[in-house]
Order: sequence, then C-alpha cells, then structure tokens
Amino acid sequence: MAERVAIVIVSHSPKVAEGAADMVREMVGLEVKVAHCGGNPEGGLGTDVARIRAAIEQVYGPAGVAMLVDLGGAETNSEMAVELLPADWQERIVICNAPIVEGAVMAATEAAGGSPLAEVRATAEELAP
Amino acid sequence: MAAELSGRLIDAAVDAIRVSADRLTALDQAIGDGDHGVNMRRGFEAIAAARADLAALPLDQALQKAGMALVMKVGGASGPLYGSLLMAMGKAGAEGTDLAGQLAEGIAAVRKRGRSDVGQKTMLDVLVPALQALEAGTADGLASAELLERVRAAAEEGLAATGPMRATAGRASYLGARSVGHLDPGAASSALLIGAVCDVLAGEA
Repeated sequence: MAERVAIVIVSHSPKVAEGAADMVREMVGLEVKVAHCGGNPEGGLGTDVARIRAAIEQVYGPAGVAMLVDLGGAETNSEMAVELLPADWQERIVICNAPIVEGAVMAATEAAGGSPLAEVRATAEELAP
Repeated sequence: MAAELSGRLIDAAVDAIRVSADRLTALDQAIGDGDHGVNMRRGFEAIAAARADLAALPLDQALQKAGMALVMKVGGASGPLYGSLLMAMGKAGAEGTDLAGQLAEGIAAVRKRGRSDVGQKTMLDVLVPALQALEAGTADGLASAELLERVRAAAEEGLAATGPMRATAGRASYLGARSVGHLDPGAASSALLIGAVCDVLAGEA
C-alpha cells in the first residue's frame, strides 16, 4: 500500500490532543498514522518542543506530515520543533491553518485516500475561517 | 573574563525573572493565558541549572545554548521567541558582530518567528527602541554608563507605550480593544531582562 501522509496533533492540553487523535482513528481508521502530544515540559497546559519533535518522528514518512495545532504557542513551538529536524524532512512537514479537531479529521480523511501533502493541507484549511 | 561575564549575565537574568515572575503572570492573566511568569521561570531555572556549563563557555556559545534551553523548557510561545533571540545573537557574536549588531540579528529572528513588528504590543516594542538607543548612543560616542542608562530608559519607555496599544499579534490580539490599558507581558519581561543586562554591563565599565 502506498505511503500515506501522517497526522500530528499538538494541543496545549494532553487530553484535547489525545481526544482529537481518538476521533481521527474512530472516524478515519488506522491506515493513516496519527501522533499527538500536549502539555508543557512539566505536564501542565502548554506545549513542549521536545515532545512535538518526538511525535513527528514517531509517524514521519516520505509522504510527509500534516500538523494540526491549537492556540498561539502550539504553533510557534511546532515551527521550532520542525526546524530542529533534518532539512529534507522540513520540506515534507506542514502546519495547517485549521481548527484542530475538525482539521485533523478532514486531513486524515484526505490522507486516507492517498492524496499528496498539499491536498491534505488544502482540505484541512478549507475549514479555516 | 568573557566567561565570568557569561556567569554574571546568567545570574542577573535568572534573578530578574525569579523576582518578577508573579508580576509577569499577573500581566498575562489580564490579556493572555496567564502563564508567562511561570513559563519564563521554568526556562530561566533551566538556565540556572546549567550555569556551570554555560558560564565556562564564550559568551556567543553561552547565548546559543541558553537560547536552546529556553526553546526546550519554556512551554509557551515565549520559549521559541526568546530562544530565537538569544540563538541569533550568539550566532552573530560568533561571527564577530558587535553588541548592537547581535541585538539587531536577534530582533530579526523574533520578528520572523512571531511574524510581528513594532506597534503590535509585543516584546518588539521594547527590544527595538532599546536597539535604537544603543545604536544612537554608540554613534554619539557616549560613555558606557550613559549609553546603558539610555538603553534602559528606552526599554522602559517602550514598555510603557504598550499600555495604550491595541494588540494585533500574539494571544492578546484575541482580546482586540480589551487589550488596551494593559502592559504587554512579553514587553515587560524584555524590559526586565534588558535592565538586568544593563546592570551587569554597567558594573563592567
């Protein structure tokens, strides 16, 4: 089976991240790899560059990774995490400008059909206001 | 000498954040998500924990390592913002750039990382006037003590000017007009750190 675009979900809340990942698996199935992370380095609300990088590494493949993030720092920290990865990976990782839950489900649905990264992103971003 | 300076800068910055963490959090509770002080303290405690290693390094390398510590430990947007600032300053320092040049590179990194600029009620509203004061004072050939005093004053004035601003970048921008009348927390931590650095450098002169 062809490689699918993978999904990474980054929320300030570990529970939101886990719940969004559960919804993706439930609604889209298991053929799309999904990683999630949430919480600051101490486990409180926030995001953690090291854990975001680990989540990307967990699912990264040649088809690329579409990331869905929530507020402010989740985006900034996700950009930072991507920049810490090898340059050839960075070209295949995008942060979608989309609501985190709906975006993750829509991106995964598109990815499940074998669409390339740009289309996965575009589908998620149709949801942006 | 340079190594001792790294240590003194670390101590001053860490102390400044420890003393004012609650005030930064209070400012952030007004217009953000209320974690700026906690986040900054977590980041600077990580720097404090690495003090022995950092203080043994040349300043440019210490800046880059301290920046990475902030990126990895802060847990909010201020981690990558301050981390990028310090890492870019250290990188410029390694290339032999002077302090004003380093700060200019650091500010460019913050602009890029935050996709923001002066006038949006952010840390840039402190950093940029401080750099301008540093450049102008250097061009005028001011003595070190007066130069540092002007930099500190410019940072404080920059902070005060964020009060009446309406935020158009960062978390506070979600509040729109309701952000008016509050100092920006990131601008406050920037003014605090510039003051701490000026104290140390004034002691060197």
